[in-house]
Amino acid sequence: MALKIVKGSIDRMFDKNLQDLVRGIRNHKEDEAKYISTCIDEIKQELKQDNIAVKANAVCKLTYLQMLGYDVSWAAFNIVEVMSSSKFTYKVKIGLYAHVWICQEIGYISQYDTGVALTGLSCFVTPDLARDLANDIMTLMSHTKPYIRKKAVLIMYKVFLKYPESLRPAFPRLKEKLEDPDPGVQSAAVNVICELARRNPKNYLSLAPLFFKLMTSSTNNWVLIKIIKLFGALTPLEPRLGKKLIEPLTNLIHSTSAMSLLYECVNTVIAGHDVNGSPFLPPFSLALFLFLRFQLCVQKLRILIEDSDQNLKYLGLLAMSKILKTHPKSVQSHKDLILQCLDDKDESIRLRALDLLYGMVSKKNLMEIVKKLMLHVDKAEGTTYRDELLTKIIDICSQSNYQYITNFEWYISILVELTRLEGTRHGHLIASQMLDVAIRVKAIRVFAVAQMATLLDNAHLMTGNVQRKGICEVLYAAAWICGEFSEHLENPMQTLEAMLRPKVATLPGHIQAVYVQNAAKLFATLLKNQEGNTDRTAAQETSQLMIDRLPLFVQSANLEVQERASCILQLVKYIQKLQQKDVEVAEEVIALFAGELNPVAPKAQKKVPVPEGLDLDAWINEPPSESESEDEQPKAIFAKEEPKHSRARHTEVDEKELAKRREARKQEQANNPFYIKASPSSQKVYQEAPGVEHIPVVQIDLSVPLKVPGLPMSDQYVKLEEERRQKERVEKKKKEKKKRKEKRGGRGKKHDSGPESEEDITPAHMVDIVTEEMPLADSEKLPVRSHRAAEALKSPAEDGDAESPASQEPKKKSSKEKREKKKDKDGDRKVSVKNGNPTRETALWMYIYGAEIDIQGNLQDGSQVVVSVIFENKCDNFLKTMEFNVLDSLNSKLQRPEGSGPHDGLSVPFQLPPGVSNEARFVFTMQSIVMPQKLKGTLTFIIKNEDSSTHEKLDFKLHFTCSSYLITTPCYSDAFAKLLESGDLKCSSVRLEGVNMPFHHLLARICFHHHFSVVERIDSCASMYSRSIQGHHVCLLVKTSGQTVSIDAKCDEPTLLGNVLDEIKQTFSQC
Amino acid sequence: MQFMLLFSRQGKLRLQKWYVPLSDKEKKKITRELVQTVLARKPKMCSFLEWRDLKVVYKRYASLYFCCAIEEQDNELITLEIIHRYVELLDKYFGSVCELDIIFNFEKAYFILDEFLLGGEAQETSKKTVLKAIEQADLLQEVRPHVVTLHFNSALFLIRLLRLN
Repeated sequence: MALKIVKGSIDRMFDKNLQDLVRGIRNHKEDEAKYISTCIDEIKQELKQDNIAVKANAVCKLTYLQMLGYDVSWAAFNIVEVMSSSKFTYKVKIGLYAHVWICQEIGYISQYDTGVALTGLSCFVTPDLARDLANDIMTLMSHTKPYIRKKAVLIMYKVFLKYPESLRPAFPRLKEKLEDPDPGVQSAAVNVICELARRNPKNYLSLAPLFFKLMTSSTNNWVLIKIIKLFGALTPLEPRLGKKLIEPLTNLIHSTSAMSLLYECVNTVIAGHDVNGSPFLPPFSLALFLFLRFQLCVQKLRILIEDSDQNLKYLGLLAMSKILKTHPKSVQSHKDLILQCLDDKDESIRLRALDLLYGMVSKKNLMEIVKKLMLHVDKAEGTTYRDELLTKIIDICSQSNYQYITNFEWYISILVELTRLEGTRHGHLIASQMLDVAIRVKAIRVFAVAQMATLLDNAHLMTGNVQRKGICEVLYAAAWICGEFSEHLENPMQTLEAMLRPKVATLPGHIQAVYVQNAAKLFATLLKNQEGNTDRTAAQETSQLMIDRLPLFVQSANLEVQERASCILQLVKYIQKLQQKDVEVAEEVIALFAGELNPVAPKAQKKVPVPEGLDLDAWINEPPSESESEDEQPKAIFAKEEPKHSRARHTEVDEKELAKRREARKQEQANNPFYIKASPSSQKVYQEAPGVEHIPVVQIDLSVPLKVPGLPMSDQYVKLEEERRQKERVEKKKKEKKKRKEKRGGRGKKHDSGPESEEDITPAHMVDIVTEEMPLADSEKLPVRSHRAAEALKSPAEDGDAESPASQEPKKKSSKEKREKKKDKDGDRKVSVKNGNPTRETALWMYIYGAEIDIQGNLQDGSQVVVSVIFENKCDNFLKTMEFNVLDSLNSKLQRPEGSGPHDGLSVPFQLPPGVSNEARFVFTMQSIVMPQKLKGTLTFIIKNEDSSTHEKLDFKLHFTCSSYLITTPCYSDAFAKLLESGDLKCSSVRLEGVNMPFHHLLARICFHHHFSVVERIDSCASMYSRSIQGHHVCLLVKTSGQTVSIDAKCDEPTLLGNVLDEIKQTFSQC
Repeated sequence: MQFMLLFSRQGKLRLQKWYVPLSDKEKKKITRELVQTVLARKPKMCSFLEWRDLKVVYKRYASLYFCCAIEEQDNELITLEIIHRYVELLDKYFGSVCELDIIFNFEKAYFILDEFLLGGEAQETSKKTVLKAIEQADLLQEVRPHVVTLHFNSALFLIRLLRLN
C-alpha cells in the first residue's frame, strides 16, 4: 500500500514537471528557443543526479522535447541508463504521459485525439499497462461522446483479459452501457459481455433478463448474433432459460432473412446441447432441443444445403454433422440430400458430405450408400478425391468392427471392385482389409479364396502398368489368402501356375516373397490331392512344374525371394526324388504348413494366464541403492533420458553449437539498439534509398559535353520507355495515322482536331507559349502555326527516334515553316525560342533537344542538367561563329569553361552549311530543383553568303519545369510498396474534371510529359513512380471514373510535388 | 477475430492486422501458409477453411483476397459480412476501391479498419458512423498535421519502448 502511495506521488511529480515544461514552452512563444535551452541546461543538471527518479523525470522531459523536434541525442547515454535501470512501467509511463500530455496540453483536445490514443492502446495492452490504465479507461467509459465511450468499452475487454481483477469494479459500469442510448456503445457492450461470458458464463446469468429484453427489442443483426451466442453459453447453466428462449428463437428462425443470424440460432441450439452432451438433459431444455431440433433445425439446414450458395451448403453440412453426433436418426432421413452433395463441384463440400455419410450408415442403408459411393468413385476426376472416396468407403464399412456389414461376400466383391481403380495409392489398405476379413470371417473363406484366385489369374491387369505400384499390394493379400486357405481352391493347379508365371518377377520384392512361400503351400495341398489318386504322374508333373519355374525366383535380386526360392527348390527336388521312388510324401509336406493361423486381438495377451511361480513384480537382482530409487520408472523413459543428459553435456564443447551461439549473439547485438555497431548495417543503407535498387544508374561523360556521342544517353531511356510501352505505342501509331489522314482530309477542322492530335506528344505545342517579343504580325496565322508545329514534331517522338535529327528534316521542310523552334526531345523540356530578328529569311532551326541529366549518386552531381540543342540551318547561306549565352539566375547557372566571366557566351563548336543540323549540349548547374524556372538567353551567329556576312541574334527562353528534373525510373511494385510504407512522404492530391481520353492515353501522357513510369495498373487505376535528379521519390496514384481523374501523390519534398502536380494539371487543361 | 490479411492474386501481402500477439516469425509463417492455401482454392469453392484449430474465412474481391481467421465458436457468415462491410467502407471512402488504393493509401486503409474493428471485435455496425469518424479524422489531419505527426511520433516511441522489453 505504502509503495503504491510513493509510486503515485512520483507519478504526480512526473506529470507536473512535464506539465511545467509544456506550459513554459507555450508561455514563451516569443523566445521559445531560449526557454528551451535553459530547460535543457536544467535537464543536464538533473541527469547528473544519482537519484533515478530525477533522472527519469529528466528523460521524460527530453522525450517531449524530442517529439517537438529538438535533438536530444546528446543524452542518449542517460536515456539508455534510465531505460535499463528503471522498471518497465516507469518507461511506459514516460511514454504514455508524454503521449497524453501532447493530446491535452497542446490545447486542441478533441474526441478524435483520444480515439487515436485508445486505438493505439488496443494494439499493445500488456498486464502492467492494463493495471495502470484500467481506472483511466473506466472513466472514459462515461465520457460524454459516444465515440469515446464505444472505444473505451471495447478496450476494457482487452484490459480484462490482461488484468482480470479490473473486471469486478468495472462491471456495474459495463452493465450500464448495455442500456446506453447510443446503439454503437450498446453493441460494443454486448460484444464485450458476450466474449467474456464465453469464457466464464456463470457470472453473467444475472444479466439474462436484460439480454432477453435486448433480444426481443433489437433489430440489429450484429447485436442479435452476439446475444444469441451469449445465451448459447448460458442455457446449459440455467435450464429454465431454454424454455423461455423457445419462442423468440423460433420466431427468429422463422422470420429472419439474414442467413448469418439463422445459422447462429441453429448453431447455438446445437452447441448448447453439446455442452450438456448427455441424455440426462433437464426436462425443459430437452423440450427446447427436441422441439427445435426436429421441427426446425434440420428443416432449416436442409434449406441451407439446398441453397445454391456454396458457403451455405458447406455450413449446413457442418451443422448437420454436429447434430449427427447426438441425433443420428434425424439426419439419416436426409441421406438423399447428402448424397447429392457428393456431386458438388466444390471438393470441400464433397468431403464434408463424406464425413456425414460416415456417421449416417446403418445395417439397412450401408449397401445402398456404398453403391452410391462406388458410382462416384467411377465418376470422380482427380486421384486425390477418388482416393479419399476409397478410404471413406473402407472406413464406413469397417467402422466399429464391421458392425454394419451384414453380408461379407458383398464386402469382398466391393474390395475386388476397388482394385480396378487406376493409380490409387491405397492398395495396401485394400490388401489389409482383404486379409482381415478372410482371416476373421471363416464363413467367407471359400468365397474370398475364389475371388482371390481370379485376381491372381488376372494379375497382369495390375502388373501391366509399372506405375500402378499401389494397387499391386492387393496381390500380396490375394497370394497369401490363396496359399493359406488353399484347401478351398477349386482349381489349385491353375492358381499355382498363375503364381509361377514369369511376369511375377516384375512385382516388388516383398510380394514375390509371398508368392514363393504360398506357391509352396499350394504345392503341398496339390500333392495331397494328387496322391489320393491312383495316377502318380500328376503329382510328379506338379513337382516338375515347381522345379522348372522356381529357378526364376532363385535369381531374384531380392534376398528374401532368393532365400525362400532356393530353400523351396531344394525341398521340391528332394520331394521329386522321393516321388520317383514311389514314396508318399504328401502328409509330410503338408505338415510343413500345418495348423491354422488365428487372428490375435490386440489385448489377447491379457488373457494368457500367468504361469505358477512367476512373480513379475519381484526383483530378479538386488534393487539398486536408495539414491537411484527415484528413477524407478519404466526402462524406456530412463533410456530416453540418459542420452539426452549426455548430449547436453557434450554440446558445451561442441564446435557447431559454439558457432550457432556466436551467430545468435551477433543477431542479438544487431537487434539491440544500445549495442554500438562497428559498421552500419546493410539494412540501414537500404533505407536511405528505398526502391532505388532497381534503378539503373547511367553515367554520362561530361568532359565532352558539346560532342554528340555515338549513342545518346537518352537512347537508353527511350529503350526502357519503349519496352514498357511498346504495345501502347503500336496502338497510338495506328490512331495517329488515322488522325493525320483525317486532318489532311479537312483542313478547316484543324482547330477542333488540335487537341486530339496532341494526345501523344507535341511538347513544343504545349510548351512554347513565350511569344512576347514577337510582334503578332510576324507570326502569321498564329493558331495554324502552332498546330502545324505540333504536327511536324509529332513524328519524331512518336517514332521514338527523335535523336536522329536527319530523319526529321524532310518533314520539317515540307511543313515550310520558317521559324525557329525549339523542341524538347523527351517531351517535357520545353524551351521556346523566339525569333527576335525581323529579317526572317535567315532561318535557323534550333531545338532544345533533350534534357540529359547526370545521375551520379552524390548530390553535387545530381544538381546538373544537360540541355541538348539541335541547330539546323534552314536558309541557303553558311552559318558560323555561333555563340550561345544564357542569363544566369541565382539558382541556375550555365557551366562555362574555367576562366570565362559569368556573362560570357559559349561558342558552339561547329559551323552549319545550308540545310545541315547538328547538336550541342550545354550543362547547367541547379541549386534547387523544387521550383520551375525560366532562363533568358541569346544565340548570336554570322550568316555568310558570297558577298557579305551579317550578324544575327536570336532570343530564346529556356523553361525548366519541375517535370524536367524528374527521370523516368522503373520501379517494381514491391519496392514501390516499401517506399510508401516508409512513411516519411507528404501527401497531396488534385482532381481533373472533364478529361475525355482513354485511360491508357492519359497514363502515356503523364509518362511522356512528366517522366513517370507505370508501376502497376489495375483497370482504371494506376500507380506511377518517378525520381528527381536529386533523389526525391514521387509516387502517383491515378484513378479515373467517367471524366474525372483524381491524382493522389506522395513525395518527400512537398514543394516539388506541388509544382509537378500543377504541371500535370496544366498538361490536361490544355486538351 | 484473430487476424485479418489482405493479399493479391500474386500472393503479395497488402495489409495485415493481428489481434493476437505473435512473433514476427510466426506471423510470416502463418501468412505464407495461408496465402498458399487460399490461392490454391478454385473459385467455385466455398469460403471456409479449417486451418489448425481456427477457421479461416476468405473472400475475393477483384484482385484482392480478404482473409480472416476466427475461433471455433465464431460465426462464419457474420465474418463474411464483416469482410464485406469493410470492403464497402473502403469503396465508399476511396470511390471504387482497387488494390492500388490500398497500397498507396495503406494508412487510410488501416485507419478505416481500426474505426470498424477494435481488438478483433466489430466496433461500429453503422457504415455512416464509421465514415463520419474517418472524415473527421481526415479533417483533423488537414487542419493540424503537426498534431498527427506528434501522435505518430509518440506512438512510435511507445512501441519502441515496448519492443525493448
